[in-house]
Amino acid sequence: MSAPENGVNAETVRKIARLSRLHVAEGRLVPLADELNGILGWIEQLNEVDVDGVEPMTSAVDVSAPLRADQITDGGKRDAVLANAPKSDSGFYVVPRSVE
Amino acid sequence: MSDLTNLTLESALTGMASGDFSSEEITRAHIDACMEAADLNAFITTTFEQAMDMAKASDARRAKGEVGKLEGAPLGVKDLFCTEGVKTTAASQILGDFKPPYESTVSANMKADGMVMLGKLNLDEFAMGSSNETSSYGNVVNPWKNGEELVPGGSSGGSAAAVAADICLGATATDTGGSIRQPASFTGTVGIKPTYGRCSRWGIVAFASSLDQAGPIAKTVKDSAILLDSMAGYDPKDSTSLNVDNGDWVNSCGKSIKGLRIGIPKEYTVDGMPTEIQSLWDQGIEWMKDAGAEIVPVSLPHTKYALPAYYIVAPAEASSNLARYDGMRYGARVDGENLNDTYERTRAAGFGPEVQRRIMIGTYVLSAGYYDAYYLRAQKVRTRISEDFKNAWENCDALLTPTCPSAPFAIGRKLNDPITMYLNDIFTVTANLAGLPGISVPAALDQDGLPLGLQIIGKALDEDTVFAAAGALEKAANFTAKPKKWWV
Repeated sequence: MSAPENGVNAETVRKIARLSRLHVAEGRLVPLADELNGILGWIEQLNEVDVDGVEPMTSAVDVSAPLRADQITDGGKRDAVLANAPKSDSGFYVVPRSVE
Repeated sequence: MSDLTNLTLESALTGMASGDFSSEEITRAHIDACMEAADLNAFITTTFEQAMDMAKASDARRAKGEVGKLEGAPLGVKDLFCTEGVKTTAASQILGDFKPPYESTVSANMKADGMVMLGKLNLDEFAMGSSNETSSYGNVVNPWKNGEELVPGGSSGGSAAAVAADICLGATATDTGGSIRQPASFTGTVGIKPTYGRCSRWGIVAFASSLDQAGPIAKTVKDSAILLDSMAGYDPKDSTSLNVDNGDWVNSCGKSIKGLRIGIPKEYTVDGMPTEIQSLWDQGIEWMKDAGAEIVPVSLPHTKYALPAYYIVAPAEASSNLARYDGMRYGARVDGENLNDTYERTRAAGFGPEVQRRIMIGTYVLSAGYYDAYYLRAQKVRTRISEDFKNAWENCDALLTPTCPSAPFAIGRKLNDPITMYLNDIFTVTANLAGLPGISVPAALDQDGLPLGLQIIGKALDEDTVFAAAGALEKAANFTAKPKKWWV
């Protein structure tokens, strides 16, 4: 398959992986670029479709977004919320230091 | 007593209503069958003890005259539906031992209607796959066999295998690009994806929010209507839930289709499709004619662009939805050198290769400079596909197509070729993009003795016509074959 017009290289994969918060080993960058280019090349056939003046579809069925009263409907469930935390202490999540 | 696991949901409900057997008895029979069928790997988590408690509670309710739509029926739940206090995995390692403190609306509706839950059924990781091979809990084996072991389809492979093997009377499933209908076709079961918005998505692990829709996998068309009638309904907790009444689905299954106009889309013939599938489609057309339907050739010219559009829209939404799995609030965490490294290592260890591939595709097509070229264009193509259907409805009331371009294939055969795998969904994905209801009905066995399905696609919110046409198809096909119970 020919390289797609907007194809990716190892450097782009590094950037995408970073944006995706996925650790990718150095040796996987090139194989991943090949895999992604296979899919991106296949997707490029969409360029054949005339979409001039076409509105993008945002919803499958025409409905207006519902609104509800701005009232508290749920809450007070600290222990239930924390029950699945990988680490918690004294009613708080314990997370790695984010500010040095 | 005859084997209670051979019953349909409909006859099981009738049998309990007339006192022929209790929920406890039929639940026990299904638990025994589940245990015998461990080799199918259909379940990620079984909840047999709770099931027996639920069955006893159901029998007690029935004694008091309280009888719900699913009263006492032992069913399975795809492990994408959050179930209160029961481990929910989405077949991924990233959720660790996550036990939801809440219940999905769909499974809550079913429990309120008397469901007995046998356990949580296996699936492709985050419902991303067409063969159930991306599950981090191992692949599911199709009860149908052809010398070698076959995939049950996906992503609802556990649901389909469990129903085909008679170890659940029916099961919940979800369909983002074909994940109910393709496994139904692969296992000789019935699967319906209703109109987008019929079933609440609240509490279902999100994959691609504008496409995800829940529905049942069942033994018969009527069973699927009984299940959908319990699952569907308005839910203010899902902003895309439709505030409309369910149709008269159960009764629609037996309705005459005399005078119904059935469209045959000419674009649903693809290169390399086995001639058997084309002949089955032709046979289906004859069956519909014999039942009094009028056959109308229609054109859906943008069909070939549906899959590539799907593989932009679905990964884009997935990359956004799966951003929540950061190892901080729930699920597994892998400690790294700093916060970002912890995120990256947690996600690299927790997500499997197909999920990572889709997250990266999605992130790329949404990234600065590419949004218009990919995502926006795909959403416009989606409008074109939707217009195709609207034009077709000028001349017909429902469409008849094959469900899949192939019969079930051997485990491992397509795993390393993403695009070949994606092509499984070529006939099903259009209904997701346009939000339309679609059902797969088992129609015949191929020359190797493997099941093949036909699909009915209907207008938005017109499940009544879909059930009527599917009922007529089921009656004409008279598909009674069952897989040999080699796992017992």
